[in-house]
Amino acid sequence: MAERIYIPASQLGRAVRQSVLALAVLLCVVSTVSAQSESPDTISLTIAQPPLPNAATNVVGSDGLNDDGGSIVVTWSKSTDDGAGLNNVASYRILRGTSPAGPFDTLGSAAAGQTTFTDANAVEGTEYYYAILTVAMAPTTDGAATAALVQSDPSPSVRATAQWFHTGRINMLIATILLCGSVIYFISQAKAGKALYIRKIAGLEAVDEAVGRATEMGRKIMYIAGTQDMNEVQTLAGITILGRVAKVAAEYDAHLEVPTSRAMVMVAARETVKEAYLNAGRPDAYREERIFYVTEDQFGFAAGIDGIVTREKPAAMFFMGAFYAESLILAETGNSVGAIQIAGTAMPAQLPFFVASCDYTLIGEELFAASAYLSKEPKLLGSLKGQDVGKAIILATILIGIVLTSIGAVTLKTSDLDKLGWYNIGRWFEVR
Amino acid sequence: MRREIPTAIAFFIGVVCIFQFFIPHWPFGTLVDTFSVWFQILQSFAIWLGALNLIKVSLEKSLDKRTHDRWYGWVVMAAFTLIFVVGMFFSGGRQFQEPGSEFDYLYRHLFTPLSSTMFALLAFYVASASYRAFRARTREATLLLIAAFIVMLGRAPIGDQMIAFVPEGYRLSDMASWIMTYPQIAGQRAIMIGIALGIISASMRLILGLERSYLGSE
Repeated sequence: MAERIYIPASQLGRAVRQSVLALAVLLCVVSTVSAQSESPDTISLTIAQPPLPNAATNVVGSDGLNDDGGSIVVTWSKSTDDGAGLNNVASYRILRGTSPAGPFDTLGSAAAGQTTFTDANAVEGTEYYYAILTVAMAPTTDGAATAALVQSDPSPSVRATAQWFHTGRINMLIATILLCGSVIYFISQAKAGKALYIRKIAGLEAVDEAVGRATEMGRKIMYIAGTQDMNEVQTLAGITILGRVAKVAAEYDAHLEVPTSRAMVMVAARETVKEAYLNAGRPDAYREERIFYVTEDQFGFAAGIDGIVTREKPAAMFFMGAFYAESLILAETGNSVGAIQIAGTAMPAQLPFFVASCDYTLIGEELFAASAYLSKEPKLLGSLKGQDVGKAIILATILIGIVLTSIGAVTLKTSDLDKLGWYNIGRWFEVR
Repeated sequence: MRREIPTAIAFFIGVVCIFQFFIPHWPFGTLVDTFSVWFQILQSFAIWLGALNLIKVSLEKSLDKRTHDRWYGWVVMAAFTLIFVVGMFFSGGRQFQEPGSEFDYLYRHLFTPLSSTMFALLAFYVASASYRAFRARTREATLLLIAAFIVMLGRAPIGDQMIAFVPEGYRLSDMASWIMTYPQIAGQRAIMIGIALGIISASMRLILGLERSYLGSE
């Protein structure tokens, strides 16, 4: 591609540009004629440049909203030759400089028809000027392309600034205050001694049964706290439930084994089990080596656990935490050796696998409720009640949404959610 | 102090993470990334802890003549030594992961096929688990069986071919799409809402220091 001309639009009127164009065509003809005279057998016509388009206008830079001061949004009115007129605009190049007179650096490009560009590399507090280079293209007879470029007038100065509040997340702030507020309120109610009703969770009621069975059979209990690290809240929930399982195992003098796929989980599990044995009055029965690291590799971990399960046939298996594709491999192997299995995860895609392969499954929120449920500590139970209030709020919102959308659909005579405007409750909850 | 200091750190980090969602301004906007980097550094150290534990457990197991599966300990030790030595000394130093290196050869031709083999087992386990799940022993299981039958046939070309006489819009593929778009997504969303609320509640307990059993004993 050859770029032949670079003329600021403000210095060049349409008449002048057409004169230049005529001159260029004349030069082409002259060069063609002279080429023919030199070599009569070869006829070559190369168009030096496409006609110059009109420049983009109204270039404005504005500070990017809801950011840490690193972005400026540039907008412009497209060239009158973009989609109309000469109709030869191929793209726009976005230029940036720190002075209206230049020099300008090229930031990026936008296709013809577009009128916005986000400069994501602005430095907070620096004054910038933007200009748009309209690019017209024309093919040449030798298969290459030639371009004509016209630069717009520079934009007024603009600075990027950081915001102290993300205005697109007001809805989330209200939801957070409501949900966290209800959790804190019910925790304080529980602290004050108010009795709270919590429904039975079958999977957690079965913990004693599973540990008891393993003790009677003289076989191991295997506990897997997911395959993710300690930054995953499901792993924390799994480790918390491990404390309760370990306490029951210590009381029954059962053999508890905890293979982990993360070293930090191993350390946390050791501390938790040690404390549980201490609380059960059996610190002497605690064996550190029974909580061990296998591997971080997903299928390597599954292979390692499958090997142990197949050889040692544990009587009870617990899967509590975040799992991926290895969930079914682990649970089906446990099922094949006849172990009583209790699983709990908040990974929706793995839930059907656990439901199919395990005796009891804690579904989603039940995993997080387990520690409060098992400890029966009022403060923790209060948080569950707060969670239920959150659920009631969401249920009410869904019902309001159904009513509003239905009214909107009838009133505005459309089923297109985008056209429902205020009636489309989904818009209220868009997180930007 | 073994519990108080970690609880205070958890409170601070938790509150900052909530604030950064609503405050894009420095330093909040970048703090979560900074914390992620810190966590990665901790993870890097923890890998050594895990590797040393693996060696210790495997060594003890392989030297214990009372256990009948001590040979598996030897296999783990041998595999660990092989990959460690080849990666450290025979694969061009820092370029050990480059294609064509000895380490890369072991990775491609030993580790990857073994991983794939384990993953492939999933197909057989899905079949056995589906067989158990779809047995029509209860009303719910029967509903599940019917839904699964329609979805599986609707997603295969033969499903529509079998009932080609049925008008378009009422064929098995249409029914399968309807099941997947409405009842399936509705159920999935209900679970997701429960999970989100559970995470908020559990996070509040952790931030406020009500849940501390994962920190161990005093």
